[in-house]
Amino acid sequence: MTTTFLALLHRDMRVARRELPSFLLRVVLNPLLFTFIFGFVMPRMGIIQRGYTDMLLPGILGLSMTLSSMQAVSLPLVIDFGYSREIEDRLLAPISIAGVALEKIIVGVVQAIIAGIVVLPLAWLLMRVHLSLSSGDAIQFVAVALLSSWLFAAFGMVVGTIVAPQQISLLFTLLLAPMIFFGCAYYPWATLHVIPWFQYSVLINPLVYASEGFRLSLTPQMPHMTPWLIYGGLVGFSIFFTWIGLRNFEKRALE
Amino acid sequence: MLGANSPFKINIMEAAIAVTELRKTYTPKARKGAEVKALDGITFEVPAGEFFGLLGPNGAGKTTTIGILTTRVRPTDGIARIQGINVADQPVAVKRHIGVVPQMNNLDRSLTAREILTFHAEYFGVPRHEREEHTDQLLKRFELIDRADEKVNGFSGGMVQRLKIARALMHNPAILFLDEPTTGLDPQSRRAMWDLLSELNAKGQTIFLTTHYMEEADQLCRRIAIIDHGKLLALDSPGQLKRSVPGGYLIELQVRSDDGAAEAFAGKLPALAGVVEVKSQNDRIRIYADRAEGLLANAMRLASDYNVMVSDAHVAEPSLENLFLHLTGRSLRD
Repeated sequence: MTTTFLALLHRDMRVARRELPSFLLRVVLNPLLFTFIFGFVMPRMGIIQRGYTDMLLPGILGLSMTLSSMQAVSLPLVIDFGYSREIEDRLLAPISIAGVALEKIIVGVVQAIIAGIVVLPLAWLLMRVHLSLSSGDAIQFVAVALLSSWLFAAFGMVVGTIVAPQQISLLFTLLLAPMIFFGCAYYPWATLHVIPWFQYSVLINPLVYASEGFRLSLTPQMPHMTPWLIYGGLVGFSIFFTWIGLRNFEKRALE
Repeated sequence: MLGANSPFKINIMEAAIAVTELRKTYTPKARKGAEVKALDGITFEVPAGEFFGLLGPNGAGKTTTIGILTTRVRPTDGIARIQGINVADQPVAVKRHIGVVPQMNNLDRSLTAREILTFHAEYFGVPRHEREEHTDQLLKRFELIDRADEKVNGFSGGMVQRLKIARALMHNPAILFLDEPTTGLDPQSRRAMWDLLSELNAKGQTIFLTTHYMEEADQLCRRIAIIDHGKLLALDSPGQLKRSVPGGYLIELQVRSDDGAAEAFAGKLPALAGVVEVKSQNDRIRIYADRAEGLLANAMRLASDYNVMVSDAHVAEPSLENLFLHLTGRSLRD
């Protein structure tokens, strides 16, 4: 069981390593452009206050990590189940179907961590944000990073087991775009109190808890959501999506 | 105590595959769709070392049967056992005993041919040294060594098929399952595939194969189960199955004679033992019979009695095609 699990992980890491250049480009380009315009160009123009970058950095990092783990899980699954059936060889390996599914989630978490390791120093260098470096915050940071990555890997599994290959572009338009814009990545949740109905409706968006979690651990001096709500949201959504994701995966794997 | 030669030993030993009253009904995904009974209570056993074939037209239930036996499809009812292990209860244990060659090309397109084999063995916990050695052996034996370090996108149908079989063999499974292994192959590759499978079976590999080609089942399999509409229609060796068709043998005679002797001769033929029907057309006489033994000699003797000269005689064995036609009233090729 463990041997098989590690072998599956080995296979995915081999493939990921081979695709590293395109993976890095995908992970780095978006936050880089965003940081350049909002963290460098617009503050210079005086359109945006300098302090905005402090709010932006945790959101950009959260966005890079969550989207990486979600993509790492969902896209291969859409192709595997919808068209190529390449995953069948792994489904016939001596491990439970849930074991194969959990391995996919771990792969998503690993890719998110790599994305985080690349994006964090880059964004910090460009924006010169004052980051809190106390040990307590470091533990919070690791906890938030792992929970967010897991949550979105599991979410990726839910999406990957539902969406058909023809619907991938629809997925970006209908799901990802609203999720990113309403995900508090570009503004802190607390500041939404000016539009109360919006502030409460965005709570159904899992990205809000990831963005606020990174804000809590990286820039605690800025306004952020209360910790219990952040962790409650991250853990709650993680459990919910893992449960749905595993159930769907099993349904797609077996007839 | 049971000795090695005790007759009980055989009863105690589990069949490689045992299927009892297996049923599978697909419930429609759309609400309006009708239920599909893919398997309607089939029962059979396959002993270790056998080359077993499941023959039937498309949609007969072959892929569903192989799907259930290989843990990929859950049966609605009935029991399937592999090496004595209930497939529905212990799928992970069953997976260790089986190698599966699916109908579709599901080779891992992110990996090279060599990696496909080594990773497959790694999933099964085969130690590194062993899996690398086995990979080299199989790549050479299946004539894939020249393309071993390429990804499989450009591989021909025959190469894909051989690599799929090599992959299934990487963990030395007790039973090899093949779903329509030669569909879509050119005649030459099909021939090569037959040789390869026969060779594997000769070395003791238990093989379970599905096919809708009669020649394939006839050539390769020690026993054949014929299924249609999810039901098992017949199960026996190819020879026995063919012999079970009434009037399955065909003896064709080319005759030469003077004034009406041939007609008189043909008129007496139905009286010979085993003859079912006689059709004569000009100087050609067709005798349909239940068995061929002795009939040709009897017919020749009768011909000389009537002063009819037989210039050519041809005996055709009964075919599985005829059997299928006889069992279902339609051709396998429909």
